Amino acid sequence: MRIPLSWLRDYTELPAGASAEDLMADLVRVGFEEEDVHRPADSISGPVVVGQVLSLVKEPQSNGKTINWCQVRVVPEGREQTLEGKGIDPSGVQGIVCGAHNFVEGDKVVVTLPGAVLPGDFHISPRKTYGHVSAGMIASARELGLGDEHDGIIVLSTLGLDPELGTDALELFGLKDEAAEINVTPDRSYAFSLRGVAREYAHATGTPFTDPATTVTVPAGLTGGFPVTLADDAPIYGVPGCDRFVARVVRGVDASRPTPQWMVSRLRLAGIRSISLPVDISNYVMLELGQPNHCYDLDTLDTGITVRRALPGERLVTLDDKDRELSGEDLVIADASGAIGIAGVMGGARTEVSDSTTDILVEAAHFDTVSIARSRRRHKLPSEASKRFERGVDWQLGPVAAQRVVDLLVELAGGTADDAGTDVGTAPSSVAVFLPAGFAAARIGVDYSTEQIVGSLTDLGATVEDTEGGWTVTVPSWRNDLVTKEDLSEEIARLVGYDTIPATLPVAPPGRGLSRVQKQRRRVLQALADAGLVEVMAYPFVSKASNDVFGTAEPGAPVPAVKLANPLSEEFGWLRTSVLPGLIEVAKRNISRGFRDLALYESGLVFLPSGEFGTASIPTLGAKPAEDVLDGLYNGIPEQPLHIGGLLVGKDSPAAPGNSPRAWDWSDALDAARVAADVLGVEVVVEQGAHQAFHPGRAARLSLRSGELVGYAGELHPKLLASLDLPARTVAFEIDGDVLFEAAADVVVAKHISTFPVATQDVALIVDGGLPAAHVQDALREGAGELLEDVALFDVYVGIGIPEGKKSLAFGLRFRAEDRTLTADEASEARAAAVALAAERFGAVQR
Amino acid sequence: MSETTKEVMAPSPLDEEALQGAVAEALEAFAAAADLEQLKAARLAHTGEKSPLSQANAAIRDLAKDQKSAAGKLIGAARGQVNKALAARAAVLEEENDARILLEETVDVTAAPRRRRAGARHPLSVLQEQVSDIFVGMGWEIAEGPELESEWFNFDALNFQPDHPAREMQDTFFVEPPEAHLLLRTHTSPVQVRSMLERELPVYVLCPGKVFRTDELDATHTPVFHQFEGLAIDKGLSMADLRGTLEHFARQMFGDEAQIRLRPNYFPFTEPSAELDIWHPGAKGGPRWIEWGGCGMVNPNVLRAAGIDPEEYSGFAFGMGIERTLMFRNEVADMRDMIEGDIRFSEHFGMEI
Repeated sequence: MRIPLSWLRDYTELPAGASAEDLMADLVRVGFEEEDVHRPADSISGPVVVGQVLSLVKEPQSNGKTINWCQVRVVPEGREQTLEGKGIDPSGVQGIVCGAHNFVEGDKVVVTLPGAVLPGDFHISPRKTYGHVSAGMIASARELGLGDEHDGIIVLSTLGLDPELGTDALELFGLKDEAAEINVTPDRSYAFSLRGVAREYAHATGTPFTDPATTVTVPAGLTGGFPVTLADDAPIYGVPGCDRFVARVVRGVDASRPTPQWMVSRLRLAGIRSISLPVDISNYVMLELGQPNHCYDLDTLDTGITVRRALPGERLVTLDDKDRELSGEDLVIADASGAIGIAGVMGGARTEVSDSTTDILVEAAHFDTVSIARSRRRHKLPSEASKRFERGVDWQLGPVAAQRVVDLLVELAGGTADDAGTDVGTAPSSVAVFLPAGFAAARIGVDYSTEQIVGSLTDLGATVEDTEGGWTVTVPSWRNDLVTKEDLSEEIARLVGYDTIPATLPVAPPGRGLSRVQKQRRRVLQALADAGLVEVMAYPFVSKASNDVFGTAEPGAPVPAVKLANPLSEEFGWLRTSVLPGLIEVAKRNISRGFRDLALYESGLVFLPSGEFGTASIPTLGAKPAEDVLDGLYNGIPEQPLHIGGLLVGKDSPAAPGNSPRAWDWSDALDAARVAADVLGVEVVVEQGAHQAFHPGRAARLSLRSGELVGYAGELHPKLLASLDLPARTVAFEIDGDVLFEAAADVVVAKHISTFPVATQDVALIVDGGLPAAHVQDALREGAGELLEDVALFDVYVGIGIPEGKKSLAFGLRFRAEDRTLTADEASEARAAAVALAAERFGAVQR
Repeated sequence: MSETTKEVMAPSPLDEEALQGAVAEALEAFAAAADLEQLKAARLAHTGEKSPLSQANAAIRDLAKDQKSAAGKLIGAARGQVNKALAARAAVLEEENDARILLEETVDVTAAPRRRRAGARHPLSVLQEQVSDIFVGMGWEIAEGPELESEWFNFDALNFQPDHPAREMQDTFFVEPPEAHLLLRTHTSPVQVRSMLERELPVYVLCPGKVFRTDELDATHTPVFHQFEGLAIDKGLSMADLRGTLEHFARQMFGDEAQIRLRPNYFPFTEPSAELDIWHPGAKGGPRWIEWGGCGMVNPNVLRAAGIDPEEYSGFAFGMGIERTLMFRNEVADMRDMIEGDIRFSEHFGMEI
């Protein structure tokens, strides 16, 4: 909402010389945030004056143009030119070259004299052109920043103006006024008006306030006017779409008269373009009082008006010349021929006022907020009217606003008002709220005095009545946001000032610290960083193709995923089922910035819809839903496990004297995944894996002992890397953090540490080349029995001495007993048993 | 070498003068040895089998019995003198040699390789954990919830009227099909509702997490960002308690000098509602108030949605953006630096910010 300062002064005592910034500083204290300052004087300065064209000589030019060489008087004849400056002629007559042709000798025009600065940092100075020295410019509306018109220069008579020569044109066009733009929160519809903001200014500063609504004289009991019927047969939530409709008629107006400049300039500063006198008056009254209203050309109306829901298939051409199909839920204003407007949103083209309109029907109605909001959304028609109606308009304002429009039409357009008028409907009754004594004090924490409570509420416009145990507060008709005692407590706090609220620190009951999962997550994420990986955060929006590759191991298998209804980009219109696509994007960005060696990781939720998806309806607000309804809500939320992924590109360290970098390989990815499991004390089983995103021979599948999948790690598929434009041999891992967290023991039970001597023995076994080493190791462990403390693979050999298709696996076995020193024989026996089981299971032969 | 290998006439074992001459020669040779190698040669020349003293010693057996003792004494003394000098010189040269080796082993520490790269947490994660720790220290607990959420938890339970413009203040990502009433949460407030439904009263929880709005990415906006919201529900809580909590928190985050300011504002889920500003003495362009977040007393309708009697319990809530906090706390000028994943951004911060 923009507040022209001159306008605000009509109702408050804004100090002389106050700036828009000063005004905003006052208003922010009562809850209106600063948005912007609109000050024409920042871009235009004088001398810009009224002049009269004394003579005009048309001079055709060689370039085909014709220019006018004009003598323009800028000081009344006989009066001294008091302006001084290079190029300002003491005679009071300026020679000016003008290319426009919409004026004649004798016309009064706007002259920008040397020294003036126009919008766009355009400095006026005498200049030689077309064989003359042109000492100034005759200005168009656009050159002054008054609008887009540039068809010709401003001829003041066409605006209904006949000022004295030399008059300051900046004053004349209101260019020395300024406006503060403030943000109005959605609950304060009343502040979308000068009336409302002026009242708030008075609250903020304690200065007097004159309510403009009280300066309009409204005849009591409007009857016998234009026939209007309220016929809403499909109210939304049982609320009638229109509960009050005021209509007035003004006849014999001259709609073609120019709008007075004071009105045009205020509207312009408020952000509204001047259209025509009746429309300008309508807008002016809306801004002044906050009541949207509409002027119809009475002659175009087909008998009476009905306010009803749109009929099936009904259409309407709105004022913006769009032919719209109406919905049965749209509230429309209709005459006998059909809809003539979407109520509270936009009028129709058929009944629009024009320059030839002589009789005007003025509408000032009160509409249901929900109905207007839905029509506005449905037709994507955010209008000044709908903005106010969907937030709620003062239901007592209709007759006042209609009268104000009528008065201005009579005054400025020369019409005569009909004595009869229309005021139909049943406006809601006043809202009374009981405010218990002490309630505001308890809620805010300030011991408000009775004077502060009653005074604040009275200032708002409420009626406060002493009642047993508190007050009955009848809220003003323009404050539809005040319905509970909590609302009133805010108003008291706001008007007394939030800065009076003290600070007390409540003591929470003894807490339990971070939850187990929270601690586990921190541990894992920190461990990965400690292992040298850099944490990044990518958006969870991915392409369908990415989900199809990374979301399932099996190529072509369906990947259920969630699609955004309104994505920022159609390509990345899906929620991720894997964190790898995001990591890949981040890696590519880093590579493009010159970083070729990367170790990245991210943790984040992935979205895995299966089964129930949302709920067909949702419960209403302000009440706890029944248990089964709540269960439905909970069950409808798709699974969103925490995935932890990593991507390693390039080498493990920078080349340096004494350091040979090693290229990351599949085992580094697996190692990182194992770090995550290790720090949680979770044992993971590693097997040869198959996942379409990974190299078919270089992927590990990680699972729990129970078989539950943890994730995959290894080298990404070469073809995928090529298509992603990532370096070859890029490796990755992705694990389900929730599975790991759940698998970790609540309490780790200590193992007995034997201090008896160790006995170590090595064994080399020849097995089939394709046999996983882990299987042989498992057999050794099982065969060796409980004396075996640890077994580790330390070498794999293929080559001379090993048959074709076979490989030699060398294991180190560490034996130790819990209760005694092992003899060499005992260790050898256990070793032999281990080898025997490997031989039995896999045909392993000792080398 | 030539000096030490030349044939020397062996002195008589009884010729004290000659023996002293041999001692003097030996001592001279040891002193002249510049390194252990030369000392070794000198040792062989003057204490070896063919050295004058050894030969003189060997000559004792040819002496008459009564002369043997005197000769033994003379030679013993001479050899003792020589050995002592040898040991002393050897110690000096070994010391010198050790020092030289250490010197030769000098490296250029400024050319050291970095084999182990320290990784980094994302500053937003670290800040989120820091904020959580402050509240855990106050006895609060950390609550979390899903990012893909039911419209009811995100809006209706928080007193957003279905057709009210306030619902459009938060540009929402909806998912297909719209009839499922699912969306990406626009704030972490749904976790507050879940906390009230699932926890025992009183409730003091902080809800940090990722939230979503349909803003295009630019220097100050991102469609995916992080918030932390606090909720306290107890008997007799007032707006003064809210202010005290926020003030305490601000001082933990920004130091004891931190000041906060509350301004009236509107949120459907709080009444009264306030905008929270923090005084930033070190702000670029001079000290000023910076908009930090929103807060207020929980609207009774929100309590009712969770089955809590607003006549018995009251509460307050607040919410701030983590990105915004990081931006003005750590002078991050551009939102994009935080979300693009450029490793330079995270690595610069290390693990603590």
